[in-house]
Amino acid sequence: MSKENLFGKTLNELKDICSELKLPGFTAKQISEWLYKKEISTIDEMTNISKKNRELLSVGFQVGLIPSIKVDESTDGTKKYLFPAKGKNFIETAMIPDKDRKTICVSSQVGCKMGCLFCMTARQGFQNNLTAGEIVNQYRSIDEFQDISNIVYMGMGEPFDNLDEVLKSIEILTADWGYAMSPRRITVSTIGIIPAMKTFLENSEAHLAVSMHTPFDEERKALMPVESVYALKDVVNEIKSFDFGLQRRVSFEYIMFKGVNDTPAHVDELVKLLKGVRCRINLIRFHPIPDSTLVGSDDQTILKFKETLNDKGILTTIRASRGEDIFAACGLLSTKELVKSQEEDY
Amino acid sequence: MYLIVLEQTLFRMSKFSEVAIVNKKEIANKVFVIEFKREFDFNPGQIIGITMSPDDKPRLYSICSGNNDKHISILFNVKEDGKLTPPLAAANIGDKIWITKVHGKFVFNNELAWWIATGTGIAPFHSMFKSGQNPLKLIQGGRLKSDMYFSDEFKAMNDYVRCASQDTGDGLFEGRLTKYLNELEDIPTNINYYLCGSTNMVMDVRNLLITRGVGFDKVITEIYF
Repeated sequence: MSKENLFGKTLNELKDICSELKLPGFTAKQISEWLYKKEISTIDEMTNISKKNRELLSVGFQVGLIPSIKVDESTDGTKKYLFPAKGKNFIETAMIPDKDRKTICVSSQVGCKMGCLFCMTARQGFQNNLTAGEIVNQYRSIDEFQDISNIVYMGMGEPFDNLDEVLKSIEILTADWGYAMSPRRITVSTIGIIPAMKTFLENSEAHLAVSMHTPFDEERKALMPVESVYALKDVVNEIKSFDFGLQRRVSFEYIMFKGVNDTPAHVDELVKLLKGVRCRINLIRFHPIPDSTLVGSDDQTILKFKETLNDKGILTTIRASRGEDIFAACGLLSTKELVKSQEEDY
Repeated sequence: MYLIVLEQTLFRMSKFSEVAIVNKKEIANKVFVIEFKREFDFNPGQIIGITMSPDDKPRLYSICSGNNDKHISILFNVKEDGKLTPPLAAANIGDKIWITKVHGKFVFNNELAWWIATGTGIAPFHSMFKSGQNPLKLIQGGRLKSDMYFSDEFKAMNDYVRCASQDTGDGLFEGRLTKYLNELEDIPTNINYYLCGSTNMVMDVRNLLITRGVGFDKVITEIYF
């Protein structure tokens, strides 16, 4: 019988486990401290819990950390970790060092259902949701674990299609009994699944990033099927109605495709759409994926796009491209490694 | 406390309408159509949220009925581990369900187009067809002949192709719909393509069409999630 992982459980879940095993009430807090504040990998290392209780716990549980199976390192220091996941699948995690900080980009699903035209992960289709433990493990099990300053949920998968586990992972990362990280150091990126976005905004303090990529409905429908279900205009209206306070940020991700979404008309429409929203637009260079007809805009166009938006009052930045030599954009590595055990019949 | 409960109740009521099931039919093994009273207009291709309890999150379904029909219907298959579909399949006529407002933009613009669907992804196209809209061609895929839901109605179309990966006879194309598309000598590049079904099918067909010269802006997709 396979044992259940303790890593990834919230304090309340640990209390339930302890209560079921008839362990003392304070044991749950002790376990959470061993799991999230000390670097242990076995229950036997939880030395302030009696040997008898550790044995009792070990019958059905294990710590459950998952080591990476492969690491690629870019010449610019960016690293890409490959972790095994259920069903002979793999997930990717990128670690991006910058001057005074190290950011980790975590995956929330194995594959993705959303089918965005420009995304390599989408080519895999969808395999599984990750558990909170598998999400937090990506942070805990990389070499730079102690030095990570920021976490972004921008890896494989749509976080709001796996909201419960994503919220649980944020709780573990930010709670006093967990890693006690400030939620302001966490950003969750979504394509705009409105009901889940509302739940996230109401139940978390982390920053929000929305994948926009064009302000025009029909164009966005062709790039991102989700537009047929949750329109960008409704996503923006929802954001307008929410009080983000002074500290919490909302940003819009905008991959620039040559001749598709990089024209003056796009600037004008963006200005109209985002009027009254305190936000930032993050322009992203497109890293070409195999067999795609989309091509990235040139640097001059991106710079002009940025300057025009800034001139019109919308704070706009260009994301530095990192790790291009190791294909740090998600999906390429895991797609290559993916073992398709059975093909879907349609 | 009372105010909080009242507030929550009002919030739920604003999100949902309570309707009674007026018809239920199992059209294939573990595939059902349920109908309920129509209380609003919609555009064919739009979706609606359904739940058995206002305390649960609604699941989204494409409306399956035409916009002139008296009732709204949806098509679903039973997911054994699902929270909604097993009780929905077991529900009786007269039982209450909760529905959201309709939304979504997977609507047909009446320009020349092919419609391509697998499984319950046929629902929005059934709604369009029942509303008097017609494609140049409808391609429906599935494993077996019995997976071609509503095929008796679609046979009235000029160009209707059923692709069965594990069945033969009765005019079925033997093989996946991607095989059918791959074997076509000409795939028009000046029309639109509407795709609805599983992510894998939509991704495969979209890539195939783009590889064959169809512009990505001519491929309109809806994915279930």
